[in-house]
Amino acid sequence: MAEVNILVCVKRAADVTGEVVLTADGTALDGRYSGYAMSGHETAAVEIAVSLVEQHGGSVTVLTLGDEDAVEQLRDALAVGADDAVHIEADSSAYGPADVAAAIAEVVRARADAGTAYDLVLVGNDAADTGNFQVGIRLAYLLDRPVVAGVQSAEVADGTATLHVGSAEGTETYEVALPAVATVLEGGVDPRYPNIRGRMRAKKAPVETVTAGVEPKGGRTLGLSLPPPAPTQVTVLGEGPGAAPAVVDVLRKIGVLS
Amino acid sequence: MAELPDRASVVVIGAGIVGNSLVHHLAELGWTDIVQLDKGPLPNPGGSTGHASNFIFPVDHNREIAEITLDSMRQYKEMGVFTESGGIEVARTEERMEELRRRMSSSRARGVESRMVTPQEVAEMVPFLEPSVIVGGFYTPSVGVVDSLRAGTIMRERAMARNALTVVANVEVTDLLVEDGHVRGVETTGGTIHADTVVIACGVWSPRLAQMAGAHIPLTPAVHQMISVGPCTALAEKPGEISFPIIRDMDTFCYERQHGSDMEVGSYGHRAILHDVDEIPSNEQAKLSPTEMPFTSDDFDPQLEQALELMPELLGDEKAEMRYAINGLLSLTPDGFPIVGETPEVKGLWSAAAIWIKEGPGMGRAIAEWMTHGQPEIDLHQSDVSRFHPHQRTRAHVRSRAGEGFIKTYGIVHPGEQWSGSRPVRLAPMHASQKELGAVFFEASGWERPQWYESNAPLVEKFGDAVMPREHEWDSRWWSPIINAEHLQMREAGGIVDLTAFVVFDVLGPQALEAVDRVIVANADVPVGKVLYTPVLDERGVFRSDLTVMRLAHDHFRVVTGSSHGMQDLKWWTDRMPEGAVCVDVTSAVSTVGLWGPQAAAVLGSLTAADVSPGAFAFGTCRQIEIGNLPVLASRISYVGEHGWELHVPMEMGAALWDRLLEAGRPLGVVPVGIGVYTTTGRMEKGYRAYGTELDADRTPAEAGMARARLKDADFIGKEALVAQGADAPRAVLCTLTVDDHTSTSGTKRYMLGGEPILTRDGGELVDGHGNHAYVTSAASAPSLGRHVLMAYLPPDQASVGNELAVSYMEELYPVTVGSVDATPLFDPENTRLKGRY
Repeated sequence: MAEVNILVCVKRAADVTGEVVLTADGTALDGRYSGYAMSGHETAAVEIAVSLVEQHGGSVTVLTLGDEDAVEQLRDALAVGADDAVHIEADSSAYGPADVAAAIAEVVRARADAGTAYDLVLVGNDAADTGNFQVGIRLAYLLDRPVVAGVQSAEVADGTATLHVGSAEGTETYEVALPAVATVLEGGVDPRYPNIRGRMRAKKAPVETVTAGVEPKGGRTLGLSLPPPAPTQVTVLGEGPGAAPAVVDVLRKIGVLS
Repeated sequence: MAELPDRASVVVIGAGIVGNSLVHHLAELGWTDIVQLDKGPLPNPGGSTGHASNFIFPVDHNREIAEITLDSMRQYKEMGVFTESGGIEVARTEERMEELRRRMSSSRARGVESRMVTPQEVAEMVPFLEPSVIVGGFYTPSVGVVDSLRAGTIMRERAMARNALTVVANVEVTDLLVEDGHVRGVETTGGTIHADTVVIACGVWSPRLAQMAGAHIPLTPAVHQMISVGPCTALAEKPGEISFPIIRDMDTFCYERQHGSDMEVGSYGHRAILHDVDEIPSNEQAKLSPTEMPFTSDDFDPQLEQALELMPELLGDEKAEMRYAINGLLSLTPDGFPIVGETPEVKGLWSAAAIWIKEGPGMGRAIAEWMTHGQPEIDLHQSDVSRFHPHQRTRAHVRSRAGEGFIKTYGIVHPGEQWSGSRPVRLAPMHASQKELGAVFFEASGWERPQWYESNAPLVEKFGDAVMPREHEWDSRWWSPIINAEHLQMREAGGIVDLTAFVVFDVLGPQALEAVDRVIVANADVPVGKVLYTPVLDERGVFRSDLTVMRLAHDHFRVVTGSSHGMQDLKWWTDRMPEGAVCVDVTSAVSTVGLWGPQAAAVLGSLTAADVSPGAFAFGTCRQIEIGNLPVLASRISYVGEHGWELHVPMEMGAALWDRLLEAGRPLGVVPVGIGVYTTTGRMEKGYRAYGTELDADRTPAEAGMARARLKDADFIGKEALVAQGADAPRAVLCTLTVDDHTSTSGTKRYMLGGEPILTRDGGELVDGHGNHAYVTSAASAPSLGRHVLMAYLPPDQASVGNELAVSYMEELYPVTVGSVDATPLFDPENTRLKGRY
C-alpha cells in the first residue's frame, strides 16, 4: 500500500501517574511536583503512528494546542520518531473541546491544501487533565470522517484502517475507510523511550507555529475534587527466606512468572 | 515498625547516608537510647541518597574533604559495599590538562596513586570512548562505586544490634522544642520525644528543620540532572554493576558512569536550578521520590550532544533508550563545604547536612566523635556550621553563591578565585577613599578588602625586578606585582593597612580573667595594657585558633581574630564562658587600621601628643591615645615584622583615622598597602603561621614550632595534652623553604601557589610521623629576600636547615632548600625591626 500520513494530537498536562495535586482554586491540576507530560493515551497514539509509518512509509506530524511550554511535548514525540510538528499557540485553558476540535480541523485542512493530506488523525481517548472525551468525535464530525474510539492498536492497508478496541468481553475490530479519525486508549502497544540520537533529531526537527483562526467559546471547569484515597490492604507475606514461596505465588498470580 | 519512644538521649532526624552513618558511629562510641526518624519509608526514604550516582573520586584539592573522603572509602570497603572501578578525568583542552596536572599535585600531596594518561591509554581502558575528542586524562585506579542504601542499612543494623538504636520511619518532625536556647525535644506526627540532643541530617530539607528551632542551616536544594541510557550493547555482556572506569568529562561538566548494561550521564553543566525547600514534594506527591523532580530536557540537551561526541557508538546506539531521567535534588552551600556541628543559635542542636555520598561515613564518624569528645579526629573547621557570618545565612546570599558555585563543581577554580555574586555587603568606613586609590577588592567574609592599590603601580617601576614579576598567566592570576612593590615600600618607609575585617569580641565580667586564662595558652593574668598573641587549643593540645588578646581593664579583655575563622572563635569562646563572664561581639563597632614600617613612629608621632617611641610604647602593649579628636586604642604588635601598631577606633571614625594617616604618611613615603602584603608576603618573610593553613586541629604547637619553654601555672584547655606531648618528639616539623630555581622545562619561570607536594630532590615521597605526605601549606613571594618561600610540615629527619628537597608543580620538579625549621624568620631573624631599631 501507499505511504500513510498521520497526525497525532497531544496535550501538555500535569503528569497524573503519581498523586494528583489540585491548584489552590481547585479548578485545575497542579503539575509542579509531578511535572508535565502528554498523557499515556497520547504516548500510545504516537507509538501507533510511528510504527505504522515505519512499516508503510509516509510521515508523522505531531500537533499540540498550548502555550510555548507545550513545545516540550512536541519534542518528546519528535524524539521517538515523529517527523514534524505543529504548535497551535494558545491558552489551552480557554479552549473547550469544540474549540480544540475546530482548531485541529483548521490545521488538517490547511495542511491538505499545502499538499499533506492526513490519512489518519489520532487523538488521545481523553485528556489527562480535563477528561472531556469529546475532541476526537467532534473533529471527525467537522472533517466528515469516520471515527473509532478507544483504539488500542491499528493496521492500515489499501485505503482501509483496521482498528482494534479492547473491551472487557474481548477485542472489537473495526475496519474504516481512510481518511479517518481514531481516539487511542493506552494499553495496546508498548511505547518506546527516546534514545539520544532521537533527542538530538527532535531538537532540530521543524515545528510550525500557527495561531488558531477561531475565537474559543470555552467550556468552563467549575471545580475538581479528589476522590478519597482508594483503600489499600497490606498483606505481610512472611519474614526472611520463609516468605519466598509466598512471593513466588504472587509473582505467578500477577503474571511475572509463568 | 518500632514504637516511638517518648524520651531519647539523642534524636537523629534523617535516614539517608548521613543519618545512618551517624547513628552507627554514635552507637560505636557508647551512646544508647538513640532514636532515628525519617518521614519516608526505609531503606530509601526519598532524599538525595536514594538517587545518588554513588561513585567516589578520592582526589580533592581540599585537604579536609580529601581526608573525610578517604575515611569514607575505608568504611565502605569494610562494609563490603565498595566496588573499585578506577576513574579517569579527561581533558578536551590544554587548559584542562594543566588543571589535571594540578590534580596530580593534590593526589601526590595526599598519597593517592594517580597518573596522567594519553588519549590512547584512556581508549584502551574505555574502548567506547572516542580518543580524538580528548587530549589526555588523569587516572586514579582507586576510584569506585558504593551501594549507599545498603551501607545505610548495614550501619543502622549494627547500631540496633548493640541495642542502642530505635528507628522509626514514616514519622515526620513537625516542630523542635527549644527552651532558653537549648533544644529539649522534637514533636512529630507520631508524638513527642524529649531529648537534649537533636541532629538534623535531613539533606535538602535541613533548612526547614533548623528554622523550627530558630537556627540556620544555610543550604539550598539544587538540581543535578542525570539520565540513564540503555541497554547498551557494549556493556550488556559484562558481568556485575561496573567493569569500566568512570569517566569525568571535565570540560563539559559531565560524567559517564556504567551501571550494569546502562550508562548514566550526569551533568553539572546546565544552568543552576535552585529550589526552595517548600517546593519539594512530599513522598505522596512525588512521582518518583521527592528529590527526583521532573526532568527538564531542554536544560540537558546540550550535554547530550557533548556526551555523544565522547561516546558516539555507545550512546548513539539506537536501541539504547533514555528510560530514566531526573532533575535530582542535592544540597548546595554558599561556599561548597558541608555544614556540620552544633548550631551557634541553639545548644544541643546539631547540623549534619550538605554531605555527599563520598563524605557520608567519614562525616558520620567525625560528627559522632565531636558530639562525644568535643572535637572530631579530622579537623572540620571549614565545614563547621558556626563559620557563617550573619549575612551568609540569608536566603539571597545562599542562592547567589550556590548558583555561582554549581558550575565550579567540575570547574577549574584558581586558589585565589573571587566570588562575583552577593557583593558588596560589608564596607569598611574608608571604602570610598580606597576606591579612589584604585583598590582591587578581594572579599573576606563579606568585607570588601583592598588586595592591592592601583595607585601604587608606580612603585613597580621604582623597584624593578625586585617585585618578582610572574610570567605565567596561572601563577599571576588574582595577583599583581603591585603587592610586592607595596611590600618593599612598607619595608623601606611604611604601609597603612585596612584591617576592619577583623572579628573582635570582648570578654567582660568579674570572671573575665579566669575565663580567658582557661581558654588561651598564654598567661592572661597580666597587667592592664598587655597584648598577648596566643594559640587556643582543644583538649588534645592541637590548634583551635591563634589570635591576640588585649587586657583593657581588670574585668575586660578584647579578642582580635581573623574574619574567616572569627565566628567559630566566637562560638568556641562563648561556649566556654563560666558564670560571671560573657562574650560580646563588637566586630561591627570597631574599625582597625594597621600602621607599620621604619616611618610608622614618625607618622603616628606627628598625629598624637602621646610618646610613641619604642622605649615609651613597648612591644606587646596597648593603650588609649588621642589622634586629634579621635580616641584610638593603639596596640603595638605586628604580623609583618615591622615596628608599628594596630589602631582601633569606633567604626564611624575609621574614615577620619584613615585619612589622617594617609596624609601624615604621604611626605614620608608611607603608603596604603593591600591585604596581600599583610597575609602573604609580610607574614611569610617572618615565618608567621596562619590558622587554616599551617595551624589547625591536626597540628600541635611543638610541630608548628610554637612550643613554649614553660607552661603557665594556671590550668587551661589542652594543658594536660601539651604536657604529655612534651615527652615525645614531634612527628612533623613546620619548615620554611625557599625555591632555588623556578625555570620549567619550557623555560617559563613558575611560581607555586600552595598545596603542592614536597618531595626529595629526585622525586621520592616524604611521609611524616602521622602518615601524612608533605605539602606546601602556604606559598608567597618574599620580595625583601628576593625569593619565593614555601611553608610545609616535613618529617623530622628532613627538617634541617640547608636540606635540599624538591617541590612538584604542574608535574615538574623544582629544587627547594629548607631555610628554617622553627619559627625563626628568614627575614630579620633577630627581629630588630620589630623592636623599632632601624
